[in-house]
Amino acid sequence: MQYHAPATVKDAVKLLAGSKGSTQILAGGTDLLVRMRSGFSEPDTIIDIKRISPMCKIARDGKGFAIGAAVSSAEMSENAALAKAWPGVVESAALIGSTQVQGRATIAGNLCNASPAADSVPAMVAAGAKAVIRGPKGKRKVAVEKICKGPGQTILKKGELIEAIVLPAKPARTGDAYLRFIPRTEMDIAVAGAGICVTLDAKGVCTAARVSLGAIAPTVLLVSRAAKALIGTRIDDEALDALAAACSAAARPIDDKRGTKEFRIHVAGVLARRAAIIARDRALGKS
Amino acid sequence: MFQIQVSTSINGDDTEFSCEADETLLDVLRDRLGMTGSKEGCGTGDCGACSVVVDGRLVCSCLMLGAEAQGREIETIEGMADGTELHPLQQKFLDHAALQCGVCTPGFLVAAKSLLERNDDPTEEEVRYWLAGNLCRCTGYDKIVRAVLDTAKDMRKPAKTKKPAAKKRVKA
Repeated sequence: MQYHAPATVKDAVKLLAGSKGSTQILAGGTDLLVRMRSGFSEPDTIIDIKRISPMCKIARDGKGFAIGAAVSSAEMSENAALAKAWPGVVESAALIGSTQVQGRATIAGNLCNASPAADSVPAMVAAGAKAVIRGPKGKRKVAVEKICKGPGQTILKKGELIEAIVLPAKPARTGDAYLRFIPRTEMDIAVAGAGICVTLDAKGVCTAARVSLGAIAPTVLLVSRAAKALIGTRIDDEALDALAAACSAAARPIDDKRGTKEFRIHVAGVLARRAAIIARDRALGKS
Repeated sequence: MFQIQVSTSINGDDTEFSCEADETLLDVLRDRLGMTGSKEGCGTGDCGACSVVVDGRLVCSCLMLGAEAQGREIETIEGMADGTELHPLQQKFLDHAALQCGVCTPGFLVAAKSLLERNDDPTEEEVRYWLAGNLCRCTGYDKIVRAVLDTAKDMRKPAKTKKPAAKKRVKA
């Protein structure tokens, strides 16, 4: 196995495009090293992106944020401006693993690992985040919900890597939230998760919403029918019931050791409902 | 096989080693440098027995390649005591009998030290969450949590007793 730690994105792309055999990007390594150890992944080449300084930073992108692909969850939690603007995204990243894992794990890595249960992904999708992809043909931006094709599979082509995750400028009276269900209080993988982002007008009526569900389908879903249940309402009990029903209807989970289909379908609705209340209260400036 | 040459700092000492590309930092510490204080419990980042601090950040050394250590500052359990003088956390772990078999202990100590450097007055809940990635199959955690809270209390004491004394002097 070869190990490379390029200093620029350009060099990383060059190495990635020119590499033979299987090549893996090493960001936090909290999934990759586990896969290597268990024999699921035997890369011929590893490209460590943590020596690429722009990829280690959280930068302002206009009025939004560009979170470099090598930025850890802990660094996100410690960035007050980011945590204030997008608390749902930051909290979702802070749910991943232990303190030790937090010090290394990245949301770009969480996305590229392409697990349907990735905690940060529904929150990013709800927030309208985009992945900045760099490759031999240049740069492109793709909505986060379009990156994963299935468990462990992404749309990234040979030579491409994610350089940063861009969170948009947050409109006025907008709030986001992410909740997941696990059978314990921490250190577990989501049985189901829901990310919600809502924008309200001056009267408290919802004008825009994005609803995303995790761990209830082969990929994280953006559920536009569930968002429609909120738009035009004050996100009252009636709207929340409609939201929960739309989320349960959209869920198409599997049975596994973490939960049954029936449970996941029900809990997807419950979580969406609770996350929508938090997002609404944040949009109203209540929390 | 081609080996990677790495220059790094471990517990303040400039250290050089060579390693294979797929060797973890934990393997390097234990097998190449003879620093066997960091333990391998699971090798997959779940148990925290291999906890070290890299550039001020608590991490599992089993989830990091040795090659990644180039130019970093690494702190391990071996750097915790000052010669024969134990770190206050180490002493409290003994006082509270916060260990039995001892495999998890280095990881708990490194992790707890990292917590107290950030937060000198953690609540019990904060201690428990911070240490959630350190697994112990012997103690039931309670003695460990008490040892950490007691250490924090003791380490805060000097500052607290100094302040009123300083005020008195100002008044006089």
